[in-house]
Amino acid sequence: MTIAWLRRNLFSGPLDTALTLLTLALLAWILPVALNWLVFDAVWGHAPVAACDAVRGQGACWAVVWEKFRFMMFGTYPYDEQWRPAIVIVLLCALLVVSGIKRFWNGWLAVIWTVGIALTWWLMGGGAGLQPVRSEQWGGLPVTLILAIFGIAFAFPLGVALALGRRSKLPIVRALSVVYIEVVRGVPLITVLFMASVMFALFMPEGMRIDQLLRAQIAIILFVAAYLAEAVRGGLQAVPRGQVEAALALGLRPWMTTLTVVLPQALTAVLPAIMNVFIAFFKATSIVVVVGIFDLMTAARRAVADAQWQGFGTEVYLFVAAIYFAFCYAMSRYSARIEATRQAGRGH
Amino acid sequence: MLSNERARGIVWQLLLLAAVVGVGWYLVDNTQHNLAQRQIRVGFDFLGREAGFEIAESRIAYSPADTYGRALLAGISNTLWVSALGIVAATLLGTLVGIGRLSTNWLVARLAGGYVEFMRNIPLLLQLFVWYGLFTELLPPVREALAFGDFAFWSQRGLRIAWPQPHPAWQAAGWGLVAAIALAIGWRQTARVRQQRTGRQWPVFVPALVLLLGLPLLAWWLGGAPTEFDRPVLRGFNFAGGLVVTPEFLALLIGLSTYTAAFIAEVVRAGIQSVDRGQGEAAMSLGLSPAQQLRLVTLPQALRVIVPPMTSQYLNLTKNSSLAVAIGYPDLVSVANTSMNQTGQAIEAIVILMAVYLAISLAISLFMNWYNARVRLVER
Repeated sequence: MTIAWLRRNLFSGPLDTALTLLTLALLAWILPVALNWLVFDAVWGHAPVAACDAVRGQGACWAVVWEKFRFMMFGTYPYDEQWRPAIVIVLLCALLVVSGIKRFWNGWLAVIWTVGIALTWWLMGGGAGLQPVRSEQWGGLPVTLILAIFGIAFAFPLGVALALGRRSKLPIVRALSVVYIEVVRGVPLITVLFMASVMFALFMPEGMRIDQLLRAQIAIILFVAAYLAEAVRGGLQAVPRGQVEAALALGLRPWMTTLTVVLPQALTAVLPAIMNVFIAFFKATSIVVVVGIFDLMTAARRAVADAQWQGFGTEVYLFVAAIYFAFCYAMSRYSARIEATRQAGRGH
Repeated sequence: MLSNERARGIVWQLLLLAAVVGVGWYLVDNTQHNLAQRQIRVGFDFLGREAGFEIAESRIAYSPADTYGRALLAGISNTLWVSALGIVAATLLGTLVGIGRLSTNWLVARLAGGYVEFMRNIPLLLQLFVWYGLFTELLPPVREALAFGDFAFWSQRGLRIAWPQPHPAWQAAGWGLVAAIALAIGWRQTARVRQQRTGRQWPVFVPALVLLLGLPLLAWWLGGAPTEFDRPVLRGFNFAGGLVVTPEFLALLIGLSTYTAAFIAEVVRAGIQSVDRGQGEAAMSLGLSPAQQLRLVTLPQALRVIVPPMTSQYLNLTKNSSLAVAIGYPDLVSVANTSMNQTGQAIEAIVILMAVYLAISLAISLFMNWYNARVRLVER
């Protein structure tokens, strides 16, 4: 940081100088207070409530996070079996990372995802050698990850189909796709969740029951599909007509053309947009609190409601916010990097 | 026949239609059977029955003796109110942050960037819970309320602000403002026509400001210049009098606008960056002042890029206001939810919910499309 840099970037004129000084004053006022509360005067590690009460108002009580950690991560999952959701968290994160590596962007990705989903199901639900655990007992971070990741995975084929349908030359197909996409995008997710939690029971034949988690999962899948469809449509529009004509001239059938020529180009073109949909819905899954699904957010709410640890809600929420932030920020950085390499590749 | 592309298309479509209708019929049939089993009558006549539940705040008059229809209207009024205020606040804050990100001042640009990243990557619901917790737990109890003179008090029960006593002069001031807006628009139009005819410029900003401030003030003064305020006074366990801003409303409004502002900031930034640098330089070399350059050259071009994504942010904000149900602000979703639980008319309640949101979305889209058509670059 040279003097020249400072002059250019912080003190280039009277207005600029005033702005800098004002910002610095603001930071000098807030930062010490915030740091003292967050770090220096805070209670770290395992500690009784009394230790936290002693510093109430001056320091954060991270002891509540220590105390509630297992509960927030795994909810009411049987305590001795909690290594299973722990593996699931690692597994699902690995799934995300692998999906981001270009080398796997082929048929292998479908295989990896199928295996990953099956493994998750087995580890969480049990059976085949593991003690069965009903989905009502699942909770915490794995549920959030499952809702978001399964949501996007299953919504993906539906979204692509809807996007193709919207650009189809067949009027009925087009009309159905347009109506579906626009209606879903016009209403809030919460109404669809309500519909799922109240009306699924009415839709199904007598005696057939779908558990709450699956209902919410289906609602999220149906909802995300409409947003994905719009993202993919942008990509379809970006594929030049010549590509289709060339493929047809080579003798490819129309559906082969779509599958092997149009879609791969369209999907890679809108990868950042797809990532944005994923980030948006990773956050949006927290709404399942309202219909009583035990995700990370609900776990935080229950932890906050504990009478013994009354008044330490901020700490719990900050911890959960950090988890959401870590996932969303990593994904948005990744998305920005792809965008940047593409811009560079185009020679801009 | 299957080799004929047209015929094949028709067959496929009919099959698809049959499948959709078939699934739909199956679901409706199951639903009817289940409803009959539970002896629930389908229909909207419950809207005329007495609701019997309280709604904490409403933009229209409502009491528990009113009907479900009226209760839902009260919910709609709350949704529209918080969305409208939220859109204005988010646009102002978002524009500020967006311009801040482009600032040549390193510190300001970093701070604005940090704000955007922080807000965008944390669920709105979580932010709402934090705001709500802040306003209901961290603020002092009623008896130790934060006092701003005897003009406003802020406690766990919300914000109480002194409000003018009803008086015809205030109404007159309101009409004065309306008249001033109309006159200001008329003046601008006249000035523009004159400039195009004669090339001479009339001042617009100062006269408009004088009109907007002066006319309401004049009306208020002519009406007798009332200065009585309905001031909040501590009585028993709570304040009485004054304008009430509940913590639920405040948390929702602040949460929605600070969250959406982060997205709007990105929209504004992209819009301004989309305008070619040469445009500003050309304007400067023509002798336009920096303000004129912004208003006449940069902004009109940036708006073309800004308006469509801004529309979807406004739609998002309105739809996100449905999260109100989680912190207890009586918006449409929360009223519909209560009605649904009381009457068991789940299907009707959800149909109404979706229809209202679709209508709101459509209305915002139509308005913004109209606006977009106005600001679009006219190609010659």
